[in-house]
Amino acid sequence: MERLYKIKKGLDLKLKGEAQLQVESLGLSGVYALLPSDFHGVTPKMVVKEGEEVLVGSPIFVDKATEKIKFVSPVSGKVKAVVRGDRRKLLAILVEADKELKHVQHDVQGWAEWNAEQALELLLQSGLFAFMKQRPYDVVAMPTQMPKSIFVSTFSKMPLAADFSFVVKGKEDYFKAGVSLLAKLAKVHVGISPEQINTPILPLKDAEVSVFDGPNPSGNVGVHINHIDPINKDEVVWVMASEMVVKVGMLLATGKVDFTKVVALAGSEMAAPQYCEVIAGAPLKDVLAGQVSNEEHVRIINGNPLVGCKDTLAGYLSATVSEVCAIPEGDNVHEMLGWIAPRLKDFSTSRSYFSWLMGSNKEYDLDCRIKGGQRHMIMSGEYDKVFPMDIYAGYLVKAIITGDIDKQEQLGIYEVAPEDFAVAEFVDSSKLELQRIVREGLDILRKENS
Amino acid sequence: MLRKFLDRIKPHFEEGGRLQAFHSLFDGFETFLYVPNKTSKVGVSIHDAIDSKRIMSIVVIALLPALLFGMYNLGYQNYAAAGVTGTFFEMFLYGFALTLPKIIVSYGVGLGIEFVVAQWKKEEIQEGFLVSGILIPMIVPVNCPLWMLALAVAFAVIFAKEIYGGTGMNIFNPALVARAFLFFAYPTSMSGDQVWVAGEKFLGLGNDLGADALTQATPLGQAASNVDITASVSDMFVGLIPGSIGETSFIAIAVGAVILLYTRVASWKTMLSVFVGGALVGLLFNSLGLESNAVANMPWHVHLITGGFAFGAVFMATDPVTSARTEQGKYIYGFLIGALAITIRVLNPGYPEGMMLAILFMNMFAPLIDYCFVQSNINRRLKRVQK
Repeated sequence: MERLYKIKKGLDLKLKGEAQLQVESLGLSGVYALLPSDFHGVTPKMVVKEGEEVLVGSPIFVDKATEKIKFVSPVSGKVKAVVRGDRRKLLAILVEADKELKHVQHDVQGWAEWNAEQALELLLQSGLFAFMKQRPYDVVAMPTQMPKSIFVSTFSKMPLAADFSFVVKGKEDYFKAGVSLLAKLAKVHVGISPEQINTPILPLKDAEVSVFDGPNPSGNVGVHINHIDPINKDEVVWVMASEMVVKVGMLLATGKVDFTKVVALAGSEMAAPQYCEVIAGAPLKDVLAGQVSNEEHVRIINGNPLVGCKDTLAGYLSATVSEVCAIPEGDNVHEMLGWIAPRLKDFSTSRSYFSWLMGSNKEYDLDCRIKGGQRHMIMSGEYDKVFPMDIYAGYLVKAIITGDIDKQEQLGIYEVAPEDFAVAEFVDSSKLELQRIVREGLDILRKENS
Repeated sequence: MLRKFLDRIKPHFEEGGRLQAFHSLFDGFETFLYVPNKTSKVGVSIHDAIDSKRIMSIVVIALLPALLFGMYNLGYQNYAAAGVTGTFFEMFLYGFALTLPKIIVSYGVGLGIEFVVAQWKKEEIQEGFLVSGILIPMIVPVNCPLWMLALAVAFAVIFAKEIYGGTGMNIFNPALVARAFLFFAYPTSMSGDQVWVAGEKFLGLGNDLGADALTQATPLGQAASNVDITASVSDMFVGLIPGSIGETSFIAIAVGAVILLYTRVASWKTMLSVFVGGALVGLLFNSLGLESNAVANMPWHVHLITGGFAFGAVFMATDPVTSARTEQGKYIYGFLIGALAITIRVLNPGYPEGMMLAILFMNMFAPLIDYCFVQSNINRRLKRVQK
């Protein structure tokens, strides 16, 4: 029987334009991009040159520190361009896709009998290890330090997020195989939502399954880790997105890595919100063709409105997101006397508005305005109400702002990732950029400790 | 149309414009009129509609019943002392005319300093003073001269707020610092029995009072000097007693409390704990049987409705910046404020206004209370490692 964790703190928010449960398959685009920004904490070192031919799964760059982690091409074809920015920072590697994709073939014979070393080697060689993240620091995991456990969350309560139960349909066996391979590396904890108890992703014989019932961010692995097996100093926990676990399972079944993914296209500015099947790294203008025609006053988000990145039609589909959203930008809205107006269309957790009377099923169409000036932290307890961990979120943020590393460690910075602060950042009346603050804090701490 | 006008004059206030020195002033007014349509660059794309402007506005709205009643009460006290019957409007207008200049001076001086500081630090105007600016006129006696008020506001804004870094960083409640400044710098204008009732005609309203009629002590003042309290409990409850402008009426303050608690702008934990602390210590002194001390024998419920206790509990103790920030800490913080306020009243008749000192004192200790709770979280984490 799965253990049930009831989460009380948090906030569920319904936005207009949730993706319909139907999948449209997108054809091949001309060019695909591998984005180093998808892999935080890695210094890339190129291993191919412009003009070179690559297969699906051929290494494009490796991490400079160990050179063991390979970042592989999502398509086969010719490396078209290496795009660099300021101070030669690697921004994207563009690959011109073949008409017919050719894959690197991996030897997966008898994997069920493998030991941890063999399992790790396959993940590293296939390029799927690049999608393994570690806590502390929320960066790409280092294969040099094995974790005490691996966490996988099979659901997200973020607004407009893709529904993994739908995405995984027909691929449940891949998911189970993927979990079994991960279980060779360390103990695997899988966190599911109550709705998933009777779905075919269970039973998982090689993992400990826990049920998390509660509002957003109850689907965050950070919350699961904090409740099941909190991280202490010098300990490492690995985290893999559930859809990447499916990819591991596919690799075990076919010997090939396939970067085709089903992403949700959601948000009030999408013409027809639904799912689409597309290869990671596809140009967003192809992904959103027929969905978003005019970019003016529309925000395109690689990811969901709480943890995604602002992007444009000229961008590329991130390999780590499971949804692309389009919502109103709001830069052309002039709202008068908002500090006193009732603003019935707006959403607020504050009772000085009336959204708490509207019930939790009302869908809101929120734009990207910050709706207030940035201030010092004024109200107390705002973050804690939506931060379901045994951590004083406000104090931790203050410790990061003041750069007090000892305090950060004592207050539990090793257990958190920026995404855990997303809901707090949403509700914050002082409008602090909490995810940026936490990200920078983690990066500084990682440098200090290395 | 207004929007077009703002857009047209905006360039003058930007960097390099002719009126650059007034940038923060313009920005303050623009964001007052329109919700800023600046959109997020990093982090979450969407935001809750709440902001500190809204929160501060709610507090100001919650203060209005007490303020309006205070105005009426000024007139009422004057007419009653003169033995003249006046209409409701005569009394209210008289109080209004006396209070308005105080509010204007308070906001003028305070916001003026805030604008200068914001411009100098190239920051946005912080709206914290919206609340302090109306609180300060409400907690001084009616006969406090305007220049004194201006001095106190300037002192409080500069030394209780700006030197710490502005709203959100201060340790002491600025409004209370203003009052404490007046209390210690000009004690004769802040206490005694000559300051609570306005005794002069103003703009043709009100009555000139003789020295005798002017002498009106607050109930607490009477108790402190072992004189029988003349006001009835029901008068104290309604607020028809001499006292600082905004803090006499328990009912009007209760209306404000309902607004603050309903909108959850103030913490019920702090507010309730202040009353519990005050009531328990009041009961304790009642039971001790201190014959010679009239304040100690004041029934506990009278303690809670006199002398700014309720006003402090509802509007001052709950200031989120200067109170305890941990949820458990709020209980202790509130309880100690209530307990200390009554203790000061009873044990030191020289300071019948124990509430002000109690809150300032606990402002100082709030970080210590929080420290204990945060430290216990830290210790739990350390223990986990040892296991």
